[in-house]
Amino acid sequence: MSDLTKLSLKAALDGMNKGDFTSLELTNAFLDKIDAQNPKLNAYTLVTHDHAREMAKASDARRAKGQVGALEGAPLGIKDLFATKGFRTAACSKILGEFKPEYESTVTSQLWRDGAIMLGKLNMDEFAMGSSNETSAFGNVINPWQIEKKLTPGGSSGGSASSVAADLCLGATATDTGGSIRQPAAFTGTVGIKPTYGRCSRWGIVAFASSLDQAGPITKNVEDCAIMLKSMCGYDAKDSTSLEANVPDFASFINKGVKGLKIGVPKEYRMDGMPEEINQLWENGIEWLKAEGAEIVNISLPHTKYALPTYYIVAPAEASSNLARYDGMRFGARVDGNDLNDTYEKTRAAGFGQEVQRRILIGTYVLSAGYYDAYYLKAQKVRARILQDFTDAFKVCDAILTPTAPSAAFPLGQKQDDPIQMYLNDVFTVTTNLAGLPGLSLPAGLSKDGLPLGLQIIGRALDEETIFSVAGTIEAAANFTAKP
Amino acid sequence: MSIAAEASEPVFTAFKTARPDQWVKGVTGDWEIIVGMEVHAQVAAKAKLFSGASAAYGGEPNSHVSFVDAGMPGMLPVINKYCVEQAVRTGLGLGAKINLWSRFDRKNYFYPDLPQGYQISQYLYPIVGQGVLEIESDDKSTIEVGIERIHLEQDAGKSVHDLDPNATYVDLNRSGCALMEIVSKPDIRSPEEAANYFKALRSLVRYLGTCDGNMDEGSMRADVNVSVRKPGGELGTRCEIKNVNSTKFVAMAVAYEARRQIEILEDGGTIDQETRLFDVKTGQTRTMRSKEDAHDYRYFPDPDLLPLVITQEFVDGIKATLPELPSDKRKRFIADYGLSAYDAGVLVADKEFSDYFEEAAKGTDAKMVNSWMTVELFGYLNKNGIEFTASPVSAQNLGGLVKLIQDGTINGKIAKDVFAKMIESGDDASTIVERDGLKQTTDTGAIEAAIDALMAQSPEKVDEAREKPKMLGWWVGQVMKSTGGKANPAIVNDILKRKLGIE
Amino acid sequence: MSVNEKDVRKIAKLARFAIADEKVPVMVDELNGILNWIEMLGEVNVDGVEPMTSVVAKDLPMREDEINDGFIQEQIVKNAPKSSHGFFIVPKSVE
Ligand SMILES: [Mg+2]
Ligand SMILES: [Zn+2]
Repeated sequence: MSDLTKLSLKAALDGMNKGDFTSLELTNAFLDKIDAQNPKLNAYTLVTHDHAREMAKASDARRAKGQVGALEGAPLGIKDLFATKGFRTAACSKILGEFKPEYESTVTSQLWRDGAIMLGKLNMDEFAMGSSNETSAFGNVINPWQIEKKLTPGGSSGGSASSVAADLCLGATATDTGGSIRQPAAFTGTVGIKPTYGRCSRWGIVAFASSLDQAGPITKNVEDCAIMLKSMCGYDAKDSTSLEANVPDFASFINKGVKGLKIGVPKEYRMDGMPEEINQLWENGIEWLKAEGAEIVNISLPHTKYALPTYYIVAPAEASSNLARYDGMRFGARVDGNDLNDTYEKTRAAGFGQEVQRRILIGTYVLSAGYYDAYYLKAQKVRARILQDFTDAFKVCDAILTPTAPSAAFPLGQKQDDPIQMYLNDVFTVTTNLAGLPGLSLPAGLSKDGLPLGLQIIGRALDEETIFSVAGTIEAAANFTAKP
Repeated sequence: MSIAAEASEPVFTAFKTARPDQWVKGVTGDWEIIVGMEVHAQVAAKAKLFSGASAAYGGEPNSHVSFVDAGMPGMLPVINKYCVEQAVRTGLGLGAKINLWSRFDRKNYFYPDLPQGYQISQYLYPIVGQGVLEIESDDKSTIEVGIERIHLEQDAGKSVHDLDPNATYVDLNRSGCALMEIVSKPDIRSPEEAANYFKALRSLVRYLGTCDGNMDEGSMRADVNVSVRKPGGELGTRCEIKNVNSTKFVAMAVAYEARRQIEILEDGGTIDQETRLFDVKTGQTRTMRSKEDAHDYRYFPDPDLLPLVITQEFVDGIKATLPELPSDKRKRFIADYGLSAYDAGVLVADKEFSDYFEEAAKGTDAKMVNSWMTVELFGYLNKNGIEFTASPVSAQNLGGLVKLIQDGTINGKIAKDVFAKMIESGDDASTIVERDGLKQTTDTGAIEAAIDALMAQSPEKVDEAREKPKMLGWWVGQVMKSTGGKANPAIVNDILKRKLGIE
Repeated sequence: MSVNEKDVRKIAKLARFAIADEKVPVMVDELNGILNWIEMLGEVNVDGVEPMTSVVAKDLPMREDEINDGFIQEQIVKNAPKSSHGFFIVPKSVE
């Protein structure tokens, strides 16, 4: 038998449907590969061998009875931000210690409902705060591309992206607060979508910044992405911000083409100092879409450059409050002090890494008495302006095409000492989080150094369908077949 | 989605001055007490404000707790519609403005019984705006206390400090229960008014059914803001006394705190703005925390929730089910039953009292029912420490007793004996009167015979009475005694007057 | 606006984490770097703009008043660093 781990999610599902192999065989192939590769990549923080095999056997048994879910038998990796009942969920922070939730996140329960298999928990930046996976309490994740160079897989969903790129799972869950699905997808040659805010339930996902957080999949290709997204999303009464929207068969839009679609190209995304190869990639994308009958429209998103500073007020503010519950009292690690306050302070100093501390400090500061109006309120108003930019743009176009990130994957350690340089990684992705819009990244070419580069497609709220049509067209034209 | 026009922030204006009888005497002259109250009333709901765990009092530690209430990672709040309705209902009961657009904010602070590290509350945009509550003042007159706002918020858990000398035990059963924080304007001017305000508010929420008012279980707690000033003068610095949980303690806390502040000011000192605790054992207040270590709560809109938008139809639907409110009932009792304002106030203070009264007064003398109820029945219950709801005399039976008095079957004196027997046996009045032969004698022949016999016994008293008509009372007493109390006093009076020749 | 060492200590206290003396000046520099960068928002005219707290264009959904959760004491305290008889045990904290 050929290497099953190299299959796409779709091909693997088809193979099991045809009886070519069982879920247990497939799962064992992945577990073997993880055991061999993970020590180098550090993509998994926990591999649930026994549980995975049990799930696979149960899946094969269901299949034998004719019960075949949409993801029946498919082994997936789960970002450590999703609560998995009985399995350590640490958000890759020391402060959660050996926390094993007694509940399962809505998104993962839907995957299991549809027959998927959990291989383990995936590494990430601590509490999803980072763009290089260097803030994890479990250590850096290595990008499987040019592994000897020790490049970042991006972040925060670095473990998800790295494991998908290295065939350590068929697909992975991820989350995106400022670009954490799309930037790592771009850095690893994988496909990732952050759906419309409210598409995926946030229930059971460790919160970073509640008004921005969205779950989504990272997969090997666009079709897999559509398949996995369909299982992940849907209305959940347990999340007050969940949308009661119909969940279409996203995959059915991939081959619809782009004829007659208006594709917006925002001038503000042509940034000074952006590598020429990124510009070229963008031009290629434009040409491919034109060739398939799309109309290219020049648009303006005038408040683009204010998106990152806005994000760095809103996200830390919400995070400072969301992370107050990590106090060593009811769960997680506690460092005993002389009294209550000393215990709080020692626990949180020891439990949170430097980037998390930095963001909690900023968030606390911008909400504190006397500064709220100047920072937080102002940021909320600029956020409204950013949304308005998109609302205006979508009056003249159906989807927007941009690069995903301003560079290819960079060496670990390169930007660690300069927070703002690190933050700039998300310059093209963060706008959609602020506006709540869906955005997908797919690989569209290689840099001169042979590293993958991604293009981003942004859609109207709840219009993932058009995004998949555009993505399908680009994927076909780009014919990106390179592997790490 | 429409945004509320403006945020509600407390407006402290146009203070009225206390009446001179409410002033407190100091060494340097008179002082005036200014009180405003924030009352936390737990919504009488089955489940919590943002989770489906039970809101019932008590229970095994951490049993009425969901993962949401324990602040577990990834847990999210979903609001309980019933709690929203009860806040609106309470607002309507206070004649307050209902805000169709309101919002939840997070109030951030650390404490072990606050699992999320923040309390979800309504800071800038509360669901209920300004209203008014009528209360009784020290001189029995009715005054109005302004209501600033009511907002919905989560309760915290409970810290138990006495199970272990070196540790605190935390029970989150109460964590997340829905509270209505009812904020008054600083319109209260004496310890009595403060107590009466708390009492009237309790009465109102119990009428409305929005809170059970059970103070022993902490269903109602008052934060009392007290300051003093020279009558009509500059406002003083206020201190907030936290979590006072009875009417009596509210009055004691205000009185103690006002006296404390006056003494400091008269000694040339200044008042520190601080949060204080009322110690029920000593009747004193003491510092809990000063302004220096005041929290910076970093309020901001809760991103897990959306604006709370209700419709006018929603409000009107609740309005249609409002019961008669205490203030309206009081007016009706005065007008329809001819009760004094005071008597009406006593009966209306508790819905059970007024329901009982109205049942007992059906088709009989309401004033007499009132006096039998408040004097005899309350007297008996108080003396024996019996809850009103456990009264051995039903409303119907009390009404029956009054009817017998009214139609002359028994007289007032016999009635007291009958009442005692009613308490003992639970039987109704006519059964007891029939059984024990207590019917009033209206047989004039029998009464005349009794009088004649008495007159023959004491001729000297007959003469005395003819000279001093005031003796009539003594004679009536003698006749009643000789008839075993059963003679109709009016008939006795008439015959005696005729026979003694008194006009 | 910028922060000094006193501010950083105050914020850290509010956020409840101990901050080593030698780390304070580093944090001051980092925070000021970020705050200076954020200052560019001052350029944006936001006159008449409603602050945006959520991107979800719907009102708050409400649930019925039903008890359908809780009674899971064991699971609630299962991950606690210290617990006994169903209580969480925390450092002595008397107000
Ligand atoms: Mg208060
Ligand atoms: Zn309160």
